[in-house]
Amino acid sequence: MAGDIKIHIQNFGLRYSDGTESLHDITLDIYARQINVLFGPAGGGKSTLLRAMNRLNDLTDVVEQTGHILLDGEDITRPGYDIVRLRRRVGIVFARPVVLPMSIYRNITYGLELAGIRDKATLDAAVTRSLQQSALWEEVHDRLGDPAHALSGGQQQRLCLARVLALQPEVILLDEPTSGLDPISTAKIETTMQELKSDYTFVIVPHSVQQAARVADWASFFLQGELIEHGVGREMFLKPKHTRTEDYITGRFG
Amino acid sequence: MTDQHEGQPKRSLSWVEFLIERAIQVSGISAIILVVLIFLFLIKEGTPAFMEVPLSGLFATRWYPIEGYYGLLPLIMGSLIVTIGAAVVSLPLGLATAIFIAEIAPDWVRNILKPFVEVLAGIPSVVIGFIGMLVFAPLIRVTLDIPTGLTAFTGVLLLAWMALPTVVSVAEDVLDAVPKTYRDAGLALGMTRWQVIWRIVLPAGRSGVLMALMLGVGRAIGETMTVMMVTGNAARMPVGLRDFFMPVRTMTATIAAEMGEVAHGSPHYHVLFAVGLTLFVITFAVNIAAASVVFRQVKRAERMLA
Repeated sequence: MAGDIKIHIQNFGLRYSDGTESLHDITLDIYARQINVLFGPAGGGKSTLLRAMNRLNDLTDVVEQTGHILLDGEDITRPGYDIVRLRRRVGIVFARPVVLPMSIYRNITYGLELAGIRDKATLDAAVTRSLQQSALWEEVHDRLGDPAHALSGGQQQRLCLARVLALQPEVILLDEPTSGLDPISTAKIETTMQELKSDYTFVIVPHSVQQAARVADWASFFLQGELIEHGVGREMFLKPKHTRTEDYITGRFG
Repeated sequence: MTDQHEGQPKRSLSWVEFLIERAIQVSGISAIILVVLIFLFLIKEGTPAFMEVPLSGLFATRWYPIEGYYGLLPLIMGSLIVTIGAAVVSLPLGLATAIFIAEIAPDWVRNILKPFVEVLAGIPSVVIGFIGMLVFAPLIRVTLDIPTGLTAFTGVLLLAWMALPTVVSVAEDVLDAVPKTYRDAGLALGMTRWQVIWRIVLPAGRSGVLMALMLGVGRAIGETMTVMMVTGNAARMPVGLRDFFMPVRTMTATIAAEMGEVAHGSPHYHVLFAVGLTLFVITFAVNIAAASVVFRQVKRAERMLA
């Protein structure tokens, strides 16, 4: 089932300014139109790697970055690369929902307006489509003008997903998107991913091993900044090759 | 009560506790009492003015106490012009500086700029007035080719300069407090740095920025020494745009200049207190407005948590 390679990470390493090494010599392929799971105990560098894929680490105190990340064969880590364009191709949903202080409708259209889309009908269509895709439409379609802050945590998170979907990126990064959510909202987001993966490439840092096992087409196990094991999700969770992976999956540590 | 409490090991300790509690209570209440006393004193000394001088006389455009003209309007207008002018100048400037320090400047520049701005706040107003008299006033007189450099405009510039550190410092703190997650969310949507600042950080810190302006205005309206030194102190009624480049006299400068020479208990004396009362009311109103802004902010924060 190894499809096209969407993102190729080559000998990627990263060190923060306080001297801690977050990622060490990672080489990994992210497959197109699959759910790629990065999992492992906290502090393993999963989120850092995720954020490196749309260069959000640029704002933090990164002292040293080595290696390359290629998106469709193009090096996104090279200086001078158009970051704004990159971020429209690679969207991200954070662990805690960050809705912008405006209406539900505007939260979704905002990114599109920035991209220069002004046509009301196009915007309306995008709002409807993305809210339906993120399984939020039923709950909010009659109150799109309400402030987004009035939504519940689970709804806010699905709104964040809708906001990313509206931009129709190629890759969607999810950083523990369901960590603060109830099981029902979690299930909705997982179902959404499954439905959408024929069009999008997902990279997700799950908030539990169980979630990793549920959604992974491809899985990568990270431990203290190193990639321990990478393979087809089903195989890894049934028969891990490395003892450390097995220890983690079976709950011996972590 | 405390004696029965099991957690109290010794009686002496509960006494210490009692004394500390009372001491804190007394100092807290005394601050309030002081403010109330000042207010009462102002009313006591100021209200006779309204008996001695008819209202039409107070709301006249001529301030010439020796001749018995007590029109407060030129003083109020003078204060308003200088204060509003200072606010108008210092807000964009202060906001731009705050944005630069908080969002754009690299760390080492920020580490130099921030303390510098705070030092600027510590310059005594008489020194600023001095610089205004010797440097700004002649410069303004020559460049604008007007009879004197001691004008409302000069006062506006210097007051803006004085309000600037307050505006910058508070606004910078506010912008700095806007959660990083907001910025990340904006960037992740493909916004440029400027769009993030303009569309996300500023609206998110809107009420705090307003608060910064209010504090700056508060600083400007109560300022005495600088305006006394550079605004020329002619109590003329400003009517047109031209008067912006003419001398004015503010309420604070009037009180400072005349209080020392006035006969105790005379109408002039009472009117000066009435001026003080007016100033008090205006400052109070500005503070209430600022407080309500902050209050709204707190309420919104609570909503976000809920």
